[in-house]
Amino acid sequence: MKKAVTPEQIKGHLPVLLPTRKLMLSDIPLHDRLFNIWTAGALLIAFLASAIGPSFAQAGAGPARSIITILLDWTPSIAKAFGFNVLISIFAMAIGTVLGVGLGVLQVSPRAVIRRPAWLVTQFFRNSPWLVLLFYCILLIPFKITLFGVTIPFPGWIKAVIGLSLPVMAYMSEYMRGAINSIPTGQWESAQSLGFTRGQTMRDIILPQTIKRVLPPWMNLYAVLTMATPLVSIVGVSEVMSLTRAALSAEGRVDLLIPMYLYILCWFFIYCYPISTLTGRLERRYSVKL
Amino acid sequence: METVLDWLRPDWFFDLSVVGDDYNRARYLNGLWMTVKLSVICILLSLGIGILGAAIQGAKSRALRVSVGFFVAFFRNTPPLVQLYFFYFAIGTILRITGENGLPQPLVSSFGWAIISLSLFAGALNIEIFRSGVEAVPKATIEAAEALGYTRLQIYRYIVLPLALRISMSALGTNLVNLVKTTTLAYAIAVPELLYVAAQIWSEDLNVREMMNVLLLSYVGIVAVLVWVLHRWEKALRFPGYGG
Amino acid sequence: MPWTPDQPIISLKDVHKSFGQIEVLRGISMDVMKGEVVCIIGPSGSGKSTLIRCINALNDIQSGSITVEGQEVHDQKLDMLALRKKVGMVFQQYNLFPHKTALENVMMAPIKVLKQNRSEVELRARALLKKVRLEGKENAYPGELSGGQQQRVAIARSLAMNPDVMLFDEVTAALDPETVKEVLVTIKDLAAEGMTCILVTHEMGFAREIADCIYFTDKGVIVEYGPPQTFFENAKDPRTKQFLSQIL
Repeated sequence: MKKAVTPEQIKGHLPVLLPTRKLMLSDIPLHDRLFNIWTAGALLIAFLASAIGPSFAQAGAGPARSIITILLDWTPSIAKAFGFNVLISIFAMAIGTVLGVGLGVLQVSPRAVIRRPAWLVTQFFRNSPWLVLLFYCILLIPFKITLFGVTIPFPGWIKAVIGLSLPVMAYMSEYMRGAINSIPTGQWESAQSLGFTRGQTMRDIILPQTIKRVLPPWMNLYAVLTMATPLVSIVGVSEVMSLTRAALSAEGRVDLLIPMYLYILCWFFIYCYPISTLTGRLERRYSVKL
Repeated sequence: METVLDWLRPDWFFDLSVVGDDYNRARYLNGLWMTVKLSVICILLSLGIGILGAAIQGAKSRALRVSVGFFVAFFRNTPPLVQLYFFYFAIGTILRITGENGLPQPLVSSFGWAIISLSLFAGALNIEIFRSGVEAVPKATIEAAEALGYTRLQIYRYIVLPLALRISMSALGTNLVNLVKTTTLAYAIAVPELLYVAAQIWSEDLNVREMMNVLLLSYVGIVAVLVWVLHRWEKALRFPGYGG
Repeated sequence: MPWTPDQPIISLKDVHKSFGQIEVLRGISMDVMKGEVVCIIGPSGSGKSTLIRCINALNDIQSGSITVEGQEVHDQKLDMLALRKKVGMVFQQYNLFPHKTALENVMMAPIKVLKQNRSEVELRARALLKKVRLEGKENAYPGELSGGQQQRVAIARSLAMNPDVMLFDEVTAALDPETVKEVLVTIKDLAAEGMTCILVTHEMGFAREIADCIYFTDKGVIVEYGPPQTFFENAKDPRTKQFLSQIL
């Protein structure tokens, strides 16, 4: 039960500007509901215009298929490939979340021997480019590992999942650290005075209370991760972007370029936009209640 | 088991042709310089986009506000790599001029497209960051300024913007660090930045592991410099009574 | 030497405690007998809260000794759980676990810490909530309760551990005036049942009514102590007199 901070408690406060909650990337309320409809509408119009426009211009040019037909023809393959992107994002998120929660708990350990390395690992993976980490995992994890006679294969896409889960782990670790530190010390003290050990306090008292705080940035992180999945095409794992480029070279039509890329952008937009909107809404609700 | 041991071999910096070989060192430094150039130009452009966009979102015209909102939503919810491809492969293919030799030449180089694409991507988020900073400036402060006779523009320039900037500092820092990390995407359109030259070197010298470690350390170094600069800036902006 | 009930249940000898450069306790000694109700009063910043937090080992001490039932509290080898079982503590800010209902708050420690049987604990917890006059609020979350109600849940939560001593750290300081009384009544009931209580409080009238002994602390030392009658009417030390004249 946090007591509201009164201005008197803030040293040398200015009457006009009270400290706001520290802003995080995820703290940004993104979407007015208005933009929701507008954005989707505008995107659709842009897409249709670029798809239909050229097809009229080309109408007299012979038996060429219309852009719309081509896009529709490719849609089942695109859907399948996009599903693979989603699969990668779910696996990477699951691994990254589990590792990140653990690392975050280590980051608030009272022992410097544990806390410092955990901090270092977090900072390292948080500040390394996602693409470089992907390269790292793709090129340096062996394609199979033989442990005690059991051979575990590591196909490219699993290595890519690991590569993507590393930054997720680091971000998650930071969110956990922030959330744990935001729980009032009174919670630790009262648990301590009731005889809870540190581990019990963490598991039964502190961690359940962090969920609310971590949920919005966690969802935001998932959207960011999903938008990072096309990166795996650069390191040779085929997914929706590789498929798109293959489709474009198979069709070999310049007028298909813009509609096709817009089409792929739409797929991601339609998947990620609701997540961002929901995140924003949750943030606003919890920021009032907590 | 052997492969595990092999993988964990502690000769991480064994074949450092980047340090020893003049040609590779020059190449690597050029890549580093390219990454720094990309980062700095994109940071400045994205800040400009952010301030401009946030100002427009406070404008009276609904059409203007809605179009900025559209821009932000679009760039925030689509993959930066696909954005980059869209600019480079789709728009870049169409935007061509006839060169001196009579052949079509791209109007914008891959470096140019990387700058445009990355600046728009980071700028869109900066707009959101600045806007929430502006919204966090207490109404009472603005009213006090109005009561003192400041004009709308003066209020924005002297009161809202300086306070909003301070409020936004930490989110802004995160975004700019992200931007530097995202410059690696330029690899995909063959801009010879750090990752690109590193990949060239390791495919020629087959010293993947060493180059990888050098590369990671380079980025951690660049980010560390940026974080340090941001920290200094934040400290310079800080005044008693706000922030810790 | 085993502890017997005729010895002080809590005994402090020359306790010193500093936070960095600042010395908060500068040689505190006091004895509390079983069943006794002791109130500690004094100006803010005089070290009252630190004093009782040291008894529960929430703060460590630099020198001196604190014993509870003959056991040294600040001993590295001390079984913390045994101490926490003996000494219950209630805080100014209640510190209820916001994600658990009132009943769960009371039940949690006996189940998780003492590994007691769930159904027995539940019976006891319901009885305790009834005792602090919160029947019907078992399933309410802390956020749905008033300050006074939350504080009574906090008292019940401590009692669920069957402590021998209860520490109250300015438990009414954060409450609305109208809810202060309900908490004080609860404490009074406890004292009447023979619970050993140590209270840090600003409620002078209440202290006078229920205390067996009043301690006045200022700047980290005990200035004066005695039974309420003598203390309030015949204070000897000028600092005590000045403090009382400001308060009363």
